[in-house]
Amino acid sequence: MSDSPAKFGDYGGQYVPEVLMPAIEELTDAYERYVLENEDGFMDDFRARLRDFGGRPTPLQHAEQLSERYDTEVYLKREDLVHGGAHKLNNALGQVLLAKYMGKARIVAETGAGQHGTATAMAAAHLGMDCEVYMGRRDITRQRPNVFRMRINGSKVNPVDVGRGTLKEAINETMRDWATNVEDTHYVIGSVVGPHPFPRMVRDFQSVISEEARAQIREKTGGLPDSVVACAGGGSNTMGAFHNFVPDEDVALYAVEAGGSSLDVDEEKGVAPNSASLSTGSVGVLHGARTRLLQSRDGQILESHSISSGLDYAGVGPELAYLVDTGRVTPVTVPDDAALEAFHRFSQEEGIIPALETAHAIAYLETADDLGESVIVNISGRGDKDLESVLEETAKRDLVNAPEMGVFE
Amino acid sequence: MNAISDAFREGPALIPYITAGDPDAESTKEQVRALARGGADIIELGLPFSEPIADGPTIQNAIQRSLDAGMTPRKYLDLVADLDVDVPLVCMTYYNLIYQYGNEPVRAFVEAAADAGISGLIVPDLPVEESDDLRAACDEFGLDLIFIVAPTTKGERLDRVMEQVSGFVYVQARLGTTGAQADVSTQTHDSLGRLANYDVPKAVGFGVSEGHHAREIVAAGADGVVAGSVFVDLIASGEDVASNLEQKARELAEGARTGFTQRVPRPERT
Repeated sequence: MSDSPAKFGDYGGQYVPEVLMPAIEELTDAYERYVLENEDGFMDDFRARLRDFGGRPTPLQHAEQLSERYDTEVYLKREDLVHGGAHKLNNALGQVLLAKYMGKARIVAETGAGQHGTATAMAAAHLGMDCEVYMGRRDITRQRPNVFRMRINGSKVNPVDVGRGTLKEAINETMRDWATNVEDTHYVIGSVVGPHPFPRMVRDFQSVISEEARAQIREKTGGLPDSVVACAGGGSNTMGAFHNFVPDEDVALYAVEAGGSSLDVDEEKGVAPNSASLSTGSVGVLHGARTRLLQSRDGQILESHSISSGLDYAGVGPELAYLVDTGRVTPVTVPDDAALEAFHRFSQEEGIIPALETAHAIAYLETADDLGESVIVNISGRGDKDLESVLEETAKRDLVNAPEMGVFE
Repeated sequence: MNAISDAFREGPALIPYITAGDPDAESTKEQVRALARGGADIIELGLPFSEPIADGPTIQNAIQRSLDAGMTPRKYLDLVADLDVDVPLVCMTYYNLIYQYGNEPVRAFVEAAADAGISGLIVPDLPVEESDDLRAACDEFGLDLIFIVAPTTKGERLDRVMEQVSGFVYVQARLGTTGAQADVSTQTHDSLGRLANYDVPKAVGFGVSEGHHAREIVAAGADGVVAGSVFVDLIASGEDVASNLEQKARELAEGARTGFTQRVPRPERT
């Protein structure tokens, strides 16, 4: 790995407008002091709030039906039980608290599925900070319950009408807001993407997932798992679930990307009908970092697609790109249809309605051929927010395991 | 490499920005000629990128029109090579397009840009921290690499940026993104004050749209003004574009010249 703390091998860096660089220098300094060195007891404060406000630790649950079905011991890391219904609070709470320690008055955030937006809105309300969330117009219509939750927590939600109105455009617009209000505002990036120190800092806040899971599985089984499976969009739950297992070389790490409707690319239309930047992308620079991207040969960023808005992004965290290049993490893909089937199967067999993002990780169990004797699947979030999309998408398909919806007719 | 610094020799420089290919390549050629007639000393020609995070809505829309009409880096360089104006051209684009061009990241683009007749580059998402490769390629092919100094760029950081600048320094007049504004921000005066002792031409942009803005900015000590959104708006209106561009350029150039006569002389630098 390169000596620079801003890089993972050749990935990462700080590709942002000059107007933001002083704020990024200030943030890097605050990250090093408060997060890495626990100055003023920041990390103690953070851990206490994660416990009392966030509901940590989350359980590691043995999944009996899945274990039988796949003939391997399946353990579920229940991040869906974190306050708000997803792992996103781990990072949002950390960053909003850090902004408060830094003396910032205002928070801005982007959101795709709305999980990061709701987590940030909750954390901002909890810590008494003003908060504005940018969300693509298309995502607003796909994730209405989350939009209401943000509003109810007192945050402003700003629709983004540019482009296709998804996560990529929301990030662009939040960066523009940050560039305008940089002196009193902190940008709470929702994933392990963006310029240094965000990829490292978000990973550190999320690494509580694998810290707990590693101790929990040792307690339950006396050893480590053979594999860990997590879905990957930007990669925050992925890096959180992997981080403490990275040095355990016998533990296989699978990053499950959204295969969408196809892994092909339509350069003419500038569309990739998937979000598989680790599996199919090429190296480029987007949103502050050198990483793997879905892009045209010229370097224009393609419109991505996934049935799940939280995975619908043309980039991925630079550290994940690095870990894939070094062979430590294996990227795999699951298409829309299989994710939807897994959503229904998991809901029926285990009594847990997963987020559509998470359903990709669960679906991978169906096609994986060598997960070993025990596997941890990160249940990154619950699916309540997705019910409208699931009803709509299920109606379009002939799924073997979808419930009969006739009760509404 | 001297075309750009030469443009500041004969009084204050007017530097209009337009997005190449908005609404098509042929129109861009006419627009460039009109701006030159109106007194442009340098022209910034935007190469459109799909994620223009440093640009406000006006230029975002221009970029979208250009991309929709099929503009690509190769077509852009063909267009530049076809231009027959006697004004140095600066390419403004985002780093990923420079990185992806050709077989050799960064160097291939800079070589092709130099061949096409580009005199300098402005890359708004490339801070000095990440600019070593581009700096080396620009030095090799004789292009100026112009950096932006923001209202937040101060102290030791300002020194680091100014060490890397060549051609001119682009003084960002206000926080935020590009876009026409009603007034000249007080941040402009503060920034020019911080830059007074650096011996590089200073051109102020972000929000400049009227002759009196240009006058005030040059009177405050700037060596040039950059104006983009105001020209892009004229192009977007679609009516009498060439004569409107020429007239607006003339208004800004005159404002800048008037401002130059109103300058409070600075003590001689030692």
